[in-house]
Amino acid sequence: MLHSTFDAFETFLFVPNTVTTKGSHIRDSLDLKRTMSIVIIALMPAMLFGMWNVGYQHALSIDAGWSFFETFWYGFLKVLPLIVVSYGVGLFIEFAFAQPRGHEVNEGFLVSGLLIPLIMPVGVPLWMLAIAVAFAVIIGKEVFGGTGYNVFNPALLARAFLFFAYPSHMSGDKVWIAGLTQGQGVVDGFSGATPLAKAAAYQIEQMPSVYDMFMGFIPGSVGETSTLAILIGAAILIVTGIGSWKIMVSVFGGGLAAGLLFNAFAVNPYMEISAWQHLIMGGFAFGAVFMATDPVSASQTEKGKWIYGFLVGFLALLVRVLNPAYPEGMMLAILLMNAFAPLIDYYVVEANIRRRMNRAKKVANV
Amino acid sequence: MSKPIKIKRGLNIPLKGSAEKVLVRIDKAETYGVKPTDFPGLVPKLNVMVGDKVKAGSPLFHDKYRPEVVFSSPVSGQVVDIRRGERRVILEVVVKADSGELAYEDFEPASPETLTRDQVVEKLLKAGVWPYIKQRPFGIIANPTDSPKSIFISCFDTSPLAPDLDFAVQGEEQAFQAGIDALRMLTPGKVHFGLNADFPPAKAFANAKGVESHYFTGPHPAGNVGVQIHHIDPINKGEVVWVLNPLDVIIIGRLFLKGIYDATKVIALAGSEVLNPRYFKLISGACIESIIKNNINTQSQVRFISGNVLTGTLVDKLGYLGFYDNMVTVIPEGNKYEFFGWIAPGINKHSASRAFLSKLIPGKRFILNTNMHGGHRAMVVTGQYEKVLPMDIYPMHLIKSILANDIDKMEQLGIYEVVEEDMALCEYVCPSKTEVQDILRKGIETMIKELS
Repeated sequence: MLHSTFDAFETFLFVPNTVTTKGSHIRDSLDLKRTMSIVIIALMPAMLFGMWNVGYQHALSIDAGWSFFETFWYGFLKVLPLIVVSYGVGLFIEFAFAQPRGHEVNEGFLVSGLLIPLIMPVGVPLWMLAIAVAFAVIIGKEVFGGTGYNVFNPALLARAFLFFAYPSHMSGDKVWIAGLTQGQGVVDGFSGATPLAKAAAYQIEQMPSVYDMFMGFIPGSVGETSTLAILIGAAILIVTGIGSWKIMVSVFGGGLAAGLLFNAFAVNPYMEISAWQHLIMGGFAFGAVFMATDPVSASQTEKGKWIYGFLVGFLALLVRVLNPAYPEGMMLAILLMNAFAPLIDYYVVEANIRRRMNRAKKVANV
Repeated sequence: MSKPIKIKRGLNIPLKGSAEKVLVRIDKAETYGVKPTDFPGLVPKLNVMVGDKVKAGSPLFHDKYRPEVVFSSPVSGQVVDIRRGERRVILEVVVKADSGELAYEDFEPASPETLTRDQVVEKLLKAGVWPYIKQRPFGIIANPTDSPKSIFISCFDTSPLAPDLDFAVQGEEQAFQAGIDALRMLTPGKVHFGLNADFPPAKAFANAKGVESHYFTGPHPAGNVGVQIHHIDPINKGEVVWVLNPLDVIIIGRLFLKGIYDATKVIALAGSEVLNPRYFKLISGACIESIIKNNINTQSQVRFISGNVLTGTLVDKLGYLGFYDNMVTVIPEGNKYEFFGWIAPGINKHSASRAFLSKLIPGKRFILNTNMHGGHRAMVVTGQYEKVLPMDIYPMHLIKSILANDIDKMEQLGIYEVVEEDMALCEYVCPSKTEVQDILRKGIETMIKELS
């Protein structure tokens, strides 16, 4: 009766003993479990740094001189509930849907479930997170048939859901620092505003140093702040071949192109920020490495991946710099391009079809 | 030598147990089998009953819809069994070979040049060697009434543990040329050879007259005739190309030289579970027991495959060599659980991806078993199929169009240019464990029905 559930736990412990019955007698050792595990491993640096940074930002806000372990422990206790809630709610829904369908439980949510907490502000209430996860899994994935059939990146849908449903909780200066929304004291001169918020307010001189932004000693969503940690993850994904380097490179390329364009036609201080600085601010790097590369919602053709990635990067900066309503553009850019990815693929595949037709015509005319 | 065509995408799977270049001559096998299941789409009608005496070249069964296409007994003897499967489908017609010299049906030797095209076709049909000629698209037995655009013969095999065809055709130069001469009569176009650019080809290939040679270099599936056609002269809608295997060309050649159906060929016995992987000279359709006897690792449970590990057919240890197969592979069964296998570093696991530590050991040869290495999932990862299919085709989109039963799309995306063997590597690498070859055959069957 609970076959899917039993199966999920059994295959978690053991690679099953099924053998090939038709087609190729041998199969590649790689399966989705391993694919997803590698993405999770790639997320570890960003997650661990995120935990530490939560503690670090909190310590700054109350002007406490914590040791490394105190800092990390504080962040760990703040982030762990987010992860537990995300996995708990999401996996429960996954199992509940797989059971009546008689499917094996797909490993896709193992990644989504960790991505979601990492793109949330640490101050997000747990009940809100739970609703967002449920929304993302049910509306974003299961209604389409489960992992592999979804149109949008489920993790970003969770983020977007909260962003539009509870805007007051998802922006401003307080939500990024643990404890601030509970009204804990703030030392004078401390601001929880993210670099993006400062840039949007043209307070360029108040922005953190490039070093801080690259290393990630800045307020922001849990896992997105440290470009360095994200690049370590990117290296893991590229070396193992699990993540598409084409998408990553083209997202950064698109962002850089948009940034240079702004520089050339700068009319305000935000547009004057050097193009490459955009790449280490906000969720740009995290989105490029972990979100845009989701193979299901991205373009599926290799040529399409270049176009898709470039447009993600370009649009992200467009939204970020030119639209005052949204401080960060990465989420919306990726979701928008998720919607357009099938269209890009359509034209790439259509070109292939036309090549084949022309070839046939040429032969027929000879 | 013209400039070789470089095949960039593909994958060589380095398996343990490739055949040593030693030719073993063995006694006749006790029984021989012809399997209608070797011919996709065939509806067989029997010509014989159990107990009938046959000669080598006597028809055992024929195609219900094209009665002129017959399938002959490879040896003389007595029909001892007609094995049937579900719904009385004929699986095997078994002939017990005569103990002494074989008796052959006489088809009269003739030089192909002295015959008309129709006479050549008739001879091939009558002797039961016609089925050696396959057509593209679809990879089915050629239609004798077609006039193919050209004929393609791939003279090397890049599949895992594949036999060295240069070695297998040694000493058969005369029969090979006779076969080529016969084939040249069948097409108004050319007979194309696909040759391996990395090694000097065997005399039979290098000295063949009346053919056009093309050289290829690169990983598997560079040796697949479908890939070679795609790079030389791709198949368009409405076109028909015929393809053959060099060892079968020799069998056709013997028909013209000696006037008999002599299906002797050199095949490889390979795989990690074979004690002495070697080449064997035997008659097509032989019971594989004759070559595996005392030559198999008995410690583990093994699988016998007629053909290579990617496209071959599962046979039991008393099974028969397939009609088109040039090798028998023996690998371990993988019906074992593996504790936390999906996270193990995987020093002994082969993968096209770089997700296992084994990638760090260059030149490593693997013992691969028949385990699926994971459960079936929806397609998630993209770009994997493209890396192992060196054609201007979008394999995943093609497979999806077949799953959606969209006939127009299948045609537009190039279903005429591929058969199972070309996309076998896609199936191997698929992390979602999609049954690519099975899906493709269903798509091809749909197209055949649609076009008939």
